[in-house]
Amino acid sequence: MNETLLISILAASITAGTPILFAALGELITERAGITNLGVDGMMLVGAATGFMASVTFHSPWLGVGVALFAGALMALIHAYLTITLRANQVVSGLALALFGSGLSSYLGKAYVGMRPEQTFEKLPIPFLSKIPIIGPVLFKQDALVYLSYALVLLAAFYLYKTRAGLFLRALGENPAALDAVGINVFGLRYIYVVIGGALAGLGGAYLSLAYAPCWLENMTAGRGWIAVALVIFALWDPWRALAGSYLFGGIDALGFHLQVLGIPVSIFILNMLPYIFTILVLILVLIKRGGRLAAPQSLGVPYDREER
Amino acid sequence: MRIKLQKSLAPNLVSQTLIPIVAILASLFFCAIFFVLTGRDPVEVYSAMFLGALGSEYGISETFVKMIPLALCGLGIAVAFRMHLWNIGAEGQFYMGACAATWIPLSFPNLPFMLMIPTMIIMGALGGGLWGLLAGWFKTKWQVDEIISTLMMNYIGILWVDFLVYGAWRDPNGKNFPLTAAFPQSAMLPTFGSLRVHYGIFFVLLIAAVLWIIFKKSKWGYETLVIGSNPVAARYAGINIKSNVLLTMFISGALCGIAGMVEVSVVVGKLQPGISPGYGYTAIIVAWLARLHPIAIIGVAFLFAIIHVGGFMLQTMGMPSATATMLQGAMLFFVVGSEILTKYEIKFTSSKEGEKNE
Repeated sequence: MNETLLISILAASITAGTPILFAALGELITERAGITNLGVDGMMLVGAATGFMASVTFHSPWLGVGVALFAGALMALIHAYLTITLRANQVVSGLALALFGSGLSSYLGKAYVGMRPEQTFEKLPIPFLSKIPIIGPVLFKQDALVYLSYALVLLAAFYLYKTRAGLFLRALGENPAALDAVGINVFGLRYIYVVIGGALAGLGGAYLSLAYAPCWLENMTAGRGWIAVALVIFALWDPWRALAGSYLFGGIDALGFHLQVLGIPVSIFILNMLPYIFTILVLILVLIKRGGRLAAPQSLGVPYDREER
Repeated sequence: MRIKLQKSLAPNLVSQTLIPIVAILASLFFCAIFFVLTGRDPVEVYSAMFLGALGSEYGISETFVKMIPLALCGLGIAVAFRMHLWNIGAEGQFYMGACAATWIPLSFPNLPFMLMIPTMIIMGALGGGLWGLLAGWFKTKWQVDEIISTLMMNYIGILWVDFLVYGAWRDPNGKNFPLTAAFPQSAMLPTFGSLRVHYGIFFVLLIAAVLWIIFKKSKWGYETLVIGSNPVAARYAGINIKSNVLLTMFISGALCGIAGMVEVSVVVGKLQPGISPGYGYTAIIVAWLARLHPIAIIGVAFLFAIIHVGGFMLQTMGMPSATATMLQGAMLFFVVGSEILTKYEIKFTSSKEGEKNE
């Protein structure tokens, strides 16, 4: 394999991994706060559809990103209300969100199927950095949203491990009763993090429709939201591992595409199966390595109920 | 005076049936507001859906045709959900069942009806059942979360059917369309007269009745319920959780596989991509709305079939048929959200007393 091809596959891995990375970061924050939100795919779809619509209507991809963030946050707010205030079953509420999002995005986006946006996120090579051999063209010849995703991973890791608020966030998923006892508003904080998680899923969707594709298609996530949910588990709720995992998935996507370009005779259907097979395999490997224990946040999925304290 | 929610000790049958109905009406109202906001007349939308599904003999027949796979998958899902085993792989199990059943008429087209149909049923159950069992095995062997594995296996199962019908199983006389050869008459379940509604409805009734008896009367039915609601107690009671997970995943998948078999056998009459418009996902809502009760699943499946068939009618109004998915998702929101109400009762207390209780 020559160097140009290698660079092009690696760069494509990052681009393909970015939507998953945004969504996985969002889910990671949500789950750290003790709430499972299985509706990631639905929130991504709504983000992708509304972001695309806004971008086409107002000729501004950045406005599209803003709308997608807002739409994802609104979707997550439904889940927050159901699971935090009404203490509904988080699995079922998340599934409802996934289905609702798939239907809603198709309903909203119908008139926009097949349109090409005038402006999309173009590659913006960073001066100097992009000249570094191999790393430069792979990491620093990307679009603005990819750079934003680097910053978000850094920010998330710093916030989670180095700040007082991050400590509270971790405690929210481990032992909410202890936080409540020191006078912290458990319900309010959980709302905030679930909504942030939804906004990031919306952003992941917008990356698909505004930068990666760029177009709107019904159910265009092809299950990426679900892969993001799985990714959070085998990233062991750590932002850096989530970053590595996302690019691994991006890599499988990109590799499949490049194999076809090289004329290697593999069925497209088998290639398309790879990310899903890979998800299960990696999950099994991590579980074997960890002896079946994943150190998930202790209170993950358990509604906080003061009466049962 | 103030209103206070108080935990009720015994579940109240009236509130348990009344609240979901009110929740469904509320979700219709919620979506009506949404239709108004997006410039549609909700009365027109709902009446088009209702008349499309129930306003003609053809519509009613179609509604039953859609009810059958929804009910069969819903029953399969209920088996797993009862023990809090979140099998959301009904869609993939449906495709794998359809695929395994298809193998029989393609390989042995000359089998007589009385031999063909039973072997196809067995193959359908095996195809879906083993696909479910695999996820169950991942769970018991390595504690792989079944939500993730069954979901990933949905995509794999659907792509597997694509792989076959675009490749080895493609009909050589099919003008290059991605379809298998049409099944011989002996591989097709009978229909009622000239209508499309078919004998698969007997499968629904039979399986629902059997499950109802199992859930209500059998030791196994009780064991799975205990595992779901209190795994620690189940372990102390000496219930083997691992073998129950495997068995439950197999049965759950097998029922979804039979749904796939029925669909290819009579509704489609061959294997082709897209044999399910998401029955496996909709059936999750069906099962949950019916509170996993086998008989109630038939009723809810019928309601959702109305929405589904009605959704197709909306296409004539320039709306996507996915509008139906949106409605169904909204219904699940409202029902899930209202569940807390069935656990509580509303008490009116004087304000002083209310504060004391907090």
